[in-house]
Amino acid sequence: MLCRTANELYWMARHIERAENTARLLDVTYRMSLLPYELIEPGLAWAEPWAVPLITSGLATEFYQRFQQLSAENVLRFMTLDAGTPSSIYCCLRAARESARSVRGAITSEMYEDLNSSWLEVRVQDYDRIQAHGVSEFLEWVKMRSHLFRGVTFGTMLRDEAYHFIRLGTHVERADNTARILDVKYHTLLPSAADVGGAVDYYQWGALLRSLSGFESYRKIYSDVITPRRVAELLILREDMPRSLHSCMNFIHETLEVLCDANSKEIERAAGELHAGLHYGRTDDIIALGLHEYLMEFLDRISALSGEINRHFLVPTY
Amino acid sequence: MSRTIYDEMRASEGVRAHYQAFADWLDRTPSAKIAQKRDEAERAFHRVGITFAVYGEDGGTERLIPFDIVPRIIPGSEWRTLERGLKQRVRALNLFLHDIYHEHAILKAGVIPEERVLGNAQYRREMQGMDVPGGIYAHIAGVDVVRAGEGEYYVLEDNLRVPSGVSYMLENRKMMMRLFPELFATQAIRPVEHYPDLLLENLRAVAPSAEQPEVAVLTPGAYNSAYFEHAFLAQQMGVELVEGQDLFVQNDAVYMRTTRGPQRVHVLYRRVDDDFLDPKAFRADSMIGVPGLFSAYRAGKVTLANAIGTGVADDKSIYPFVPEMIRFYLTEEPILNNVPTWQLRNPDELSYCLEHLAELVVKEVHGAGGYGMLVGPAASNAERAAFRDRIVAQPDKYIAQPTLSLSTCPTFTESGLAPRHIDLRPYVLSGKTVNLVPGGLTRVALREGSLVVNSSQGGGTKDTWVIA
Repeated sequence: MLCRTANELYWMARHIERAENTARLLDVTYRMSLLPYELIEPGLAWAEPWAVPLITSGLATEFYQRFQQLSAENVLRFMTLDAGTPSSIYCCLRAARESARSVRGAITSEMYEDLNSSWLEVRVQDYDRIQAHGVSEFLEWVKMRSHLFRGVTFGTMLRDEAYHFIRLGTHVERADNTARILDVKYHTLLPSAADVGGAVDYYQWGALLRSLSGFESYRKIYSDVITPRRVAELLILREDMPRSLHSCMNFIHETLEVLCDANSKEIERAAGELHAGLHYGRTDDIIALGLHEYLMEFLDRISALSGEINRHFLVPTY
Repeated sequence: MSRTIYDEMRASEGVRAHYQAFADWLDRTPSAKIAQKRDEAERAFHRVGITFAVYGEDGGTERLIPFDIVPRIIPGSEWRTLERGLKQRVRALNLFLHDIYHEHAILKAGVIPEERVLGNAQYRREMQGMDVPGGIYAHIAGVDVVRAGEGEYYVLEDNLRVPSGVSYMLENRKMMMRLFPELFATQAIRPVEHYPDLLLENLRAVAPSAEQPEVAVLTPGAYNSAYFEHAFLAQQMGVELVEGQDLFVQNDAVYMRTTRGPQRVHVLYRRVDDDFLDPKAFRADSMIGVPGLFSAYRAGKVTLANAIGTGVADDKSIYPFVPEMIRFYLTEEPILNNVPTWQLRNPDELSYCLEHLAELVVKEVHGAGGYGMLVGPAASNAERAAFRDRIVAQPDKYIAQPTLSLSTCPTFTESGLAPRHIDLRPYVLSGKTVNLVPGGLTRVALREGSLVVNSSQGGGTKDTWVIA
């Protein structure tokens, strides 16, 4: 397959996944922002949750260059329909559709038509309309479009190299994004230190689980109160959770085994190493290191791996 | 030429026999159902993304070409004549191209003035003396045919560079079969869907070596107006769609950059103009070309379809000589008519045309896409005067033709079914043999009275049926 084609397919998948995860990130932020901060310390923290998505996605500097004030509305405008924010939902869908358009011969017509429909719809959205219908409805729509695209891909595409690069892009992006969403809790202020383990803490973890579609699974598996330790276990180490880091690394490792040949053993090894860390990792060790520290290290390593994938398959220099 | 307008569907005594079945269907189908089908077609075309880009338009840079559901129907007997005439014409044009890049026999015989060919901006000196596989230069020819007067066919233009539109022919057929299966069930409409197979077969036939040749479609990229078609054809043929950046040349062989390393390419169906193919050989500022491609081509390690330098044969200043080419190379009489053409470089033809501007169509010799032309009867006095000044300044840049009263076909308009002028572009393929699928792209001028069918100027398309 052409390197350029592989590159476009990989980024098409990453952008769709990123649109979905941006929606998830905003969703958890929105849920957390509804929790009762101002009751305890009025005037201080009500806007605080809206800084978190900017921090975890590395967009804070850009945001403050464009907007004077941190507010729910400004952050939502910036991250949903803003044509100038590279990872806004609008830009992700546009980029995914542009990629698909430039390699539409490599995907099925159903896939292109689905992506094209998403783009045609988001293109005519405006913020006031989203606001009027409720932000959640829009975020829900983004998630559903992503689910639909994955379903169409799964249901129509030949299991060829193109399919593998799409799968690779999806899971590299998801691994990165799950780690970032998990890190949201670290950045989210509690009303006071005394509230650790309290009601607000509990609701925050709940909101985070919900945004990663993990709330119901948590209940099924643990049938118990929500604790940070279990949340970490569920979304990092459990391989039967489709958004967990372990599950993502299963897909990445498996896919790279198919794509790599004698010239690309190093990528396969690096992915295997990262995968083994999750496969044999222990929750206790993560907690001992600190969840935030663990996630930061994971983000570095997944980004290094994606750099290797780039150099070897997507933009080679021969 | 006669002022009567030939209606494809109706003669004075009633519906023509080959349109009878369709006319009956039209009569008994409720207009609400037809409206719903038209709406369905539009939505489907949008979703599938069959769009073309319009240069210089902000915002809506992707537009749909309007599709009309009334088919253009050609009876089998007429088609057989057209088919023979088109094959004859394209054979002669390929022989002409071979000749002017080798022995120059037709020039030495004085059939065509030498400077008209060798001094033509489209003539590529670099091609002189170079052999191409099978002597084929125009592998794909999109020959524009119109019908005028009492229904005679005329060839208006031979498009031998990178003719486009064939994807619309295929998509229009798919759409019609989906919307109106009952019409196909009851009539013997000859299929066109095998065009991509035929194209691939022809491209493989001109590969430089006998082993399993690798074919690819070379596109300028996703922002080209015909990008949809490039991607469509690559997909239908099951070959790679490549851009210049995907290819590189080493030891005169062309390779694609793939995820498994370099991979050789033998035939490029290129949809990039000559000038932009290779920055080392042609325009140095080309960002969409492949450095070294021309050298690989000269070395015979890659075949380009169409060949470089075909533009000289479809130039409007060469067009008047095509009937002579047919006589010269094939010793046959031309089956299809040329439109009578005045060459304004000749002083007496110029003065005649300047007196009769109001009746004529004047075209730029190198123009294309319906731009740079004057339709005399439709133009205002001021437009004619302005064009007259341009002609007088550079008469050799123009030709003139009588304003043909192009045939019309019933077409859905805002005020219901009404006659609109149409043309026809069949796609003639040359490889081991010369062949074409029965049909082509029918373009329709949607504005009342307009004779300009180009999609860039508000033209639409129709499905074209050849009935056995």
